[in-house]
Amino acid sequence: MFIRHETIEKNAFLMLVLTLLVISIGGIVEVIPLFTIETTVEHVTGVRPYTPLESRGRDIYIREGCYVCHSQMIRALRDEVERYGHYSIAAEGMYDHPFQWGSKRIGPDLARVGGKYSNDWHYAHLINAQSVVPESLMPHYAFMSDTPLDTDDLIKRLKAQRAVGVPYSDDEIANAMADLHTQADPAADNAALLKRYPKAVQVGHGGAVTEMDAMVAYLQVLGTMVDFADPANENMRQ
Amino acid sequence: MPTKIEKDSVTGQMTTGHEWDGIKELNRPLPKWWVYIFYATIAFSVVWFVLYPSWPGLHGYFHGMLGYSQRTAVDKDVAAILKQRAGYMDRVAKLSFDDIRKDPQLQAIALTAGRIAFANNCQPCHGAGGGGNPGFPALAAGNWLWGGKLDDIQQSITFGIRSGLEDARQSAMPKFGADGSLKPAEIEQVADYVMALFGHNTADTAPGQKLFAENCAVCHGEKGEGKREIGAPRLAGRAHLNGDIRESVVAQITNPRLGVMPNWNSRLDSATIKSLALYVHSLGGGE
Repeated sequence: MFIRHETIEKNAFLMLVLTLLVISIGGIVEVIPLFTIETTVEHVTGVRPYTPLESRGRDIYIREGCYVCHSQMIRALRDEVERYGHYSIAAEGMYDHPFQWGSKRIGPDLARVGGKYSNDWHYAHLINAQSVVPESLMPHYAFMSDTPLDTDDLIKRLKAQRAVGVPYSDDEIANAMADLHTQADPAADNAALLKRYPKAVQVGHGGAVTEMDAMVAYLQVLGTMVDFADPANENMRQ
Repeated sequence: MPTKIEKDSVTGQMTTGHEWDGIKELNRPLPKWWVYIFYATIAFSVVWFVLYPSWPGLHGYFHGMLGYSQRTAVDKDVAAILKQRAGYMDRVAKLSFDDIRKDPQLQAIALTAGRIAFANNCQPCHGAGGGGNPGFPALAAGNWLWGGKLDDIQQSITFGIRSGLEDARQSAMPKFGADGSLKPAEIEQVADYVMALFGHNTADTAPGQKLFAENCAVCHGEKGEGKREIGAPRLAGRAHLNGDIRESVVAQITNPRLGVMPNWNSRLDSATIKSLALYVHSLGGGE
């Protein structure tokens, strides 16, 4: 053709330049979209960082590999929208590091499970899924009820999140431990918590905070942050 | 390197002209059909690039000549199915329950819609067919907490129970044990009486009956018949919200578990909620 490959094969430097050129195409295709992220994430209201308790619940969600069976991605297809609710949008995952979209649905999608069932149901279901859903394949996670939540490194975890772009304020980090305990005690006054983290759901039964409490708090906020009925979010400008 | 292209005498094929220490290479090009399909896919990709969203830019992306977007596509699909269903779902939403039930065809449609919505949304707690689970009321048994008329059921589904909404059904049982208003021994006595109401043979129920009359009868009724206006469960009989075991009775008196049902008006439209009410009503407990 234009350059005989005999020429390329015999010229190490030319070959090196052309190899770099070809490989860089793959790199550019992956990197360029990151520079345009501002135009990809929708401008909607309501998305906030996770509360300290939700954030720990999310860590446990990842630790237990929930994503292996549950996706958090309602695709823009009619049957999915009818079953699970509004399709997932990029903005809803913008504080997820890493995101939990998943691709496997042995269990149902969880992107909008928040508020769909009561706290009691989540406790009963996580302890023994078959006790409420006999045909369920889900393993039992009863041990989470007996495992106190490790909060020693809570502040470090939030700061690590902040380092990768989650906008936790100094105020939120300073009050993290108090917020965690408030959210895990239904009897506690949650005014300050709700001011920092709207729509945070109080969980627990009093007593020591368990991993189960964190998990339920996380599940109860999934998909609830954006109010799609709000006209301000209607066009979801990208 | 000699570049003499010649015919190989053994195979009758041409060589490429390359030779390494006397070893020559046959020229065996890819089949023509393969090469042309390959070129066709390249041409196809160019057409695709022009018609569909393809290339990111600094401000947005190239939308393609057809302006296709999955989001507008799904909106169109949903609008189309809603329009298709509007013929009957609008009538379900508009007509009274009595009128829906007078039209067997419309009723059948509503029951089907209700059954599907039930399986997706209600079954995890209330069980298949409304059989209930410990702590989650059975809907087929007729042992209603808040009433089993169609309007009652519609109200419960729409606004939920202790859902945080103003119109939600709301009630609270005192924490007799946790507050110390009943001593542990007294709670045991009340539990004896409640187990007797459940239909079990228990020890002497007289002290428990007295305590029940003083503390519990206001809501649960003198004979444990319950009071639906405030969602106080019926205790007399065999069907029970929290299970037919003494420990759960003691636990409930000590520090009651107050069940929560979400409000469904934020997830389901009114026609679907009415269909659900009809379906739940039809499960065997409807009044």
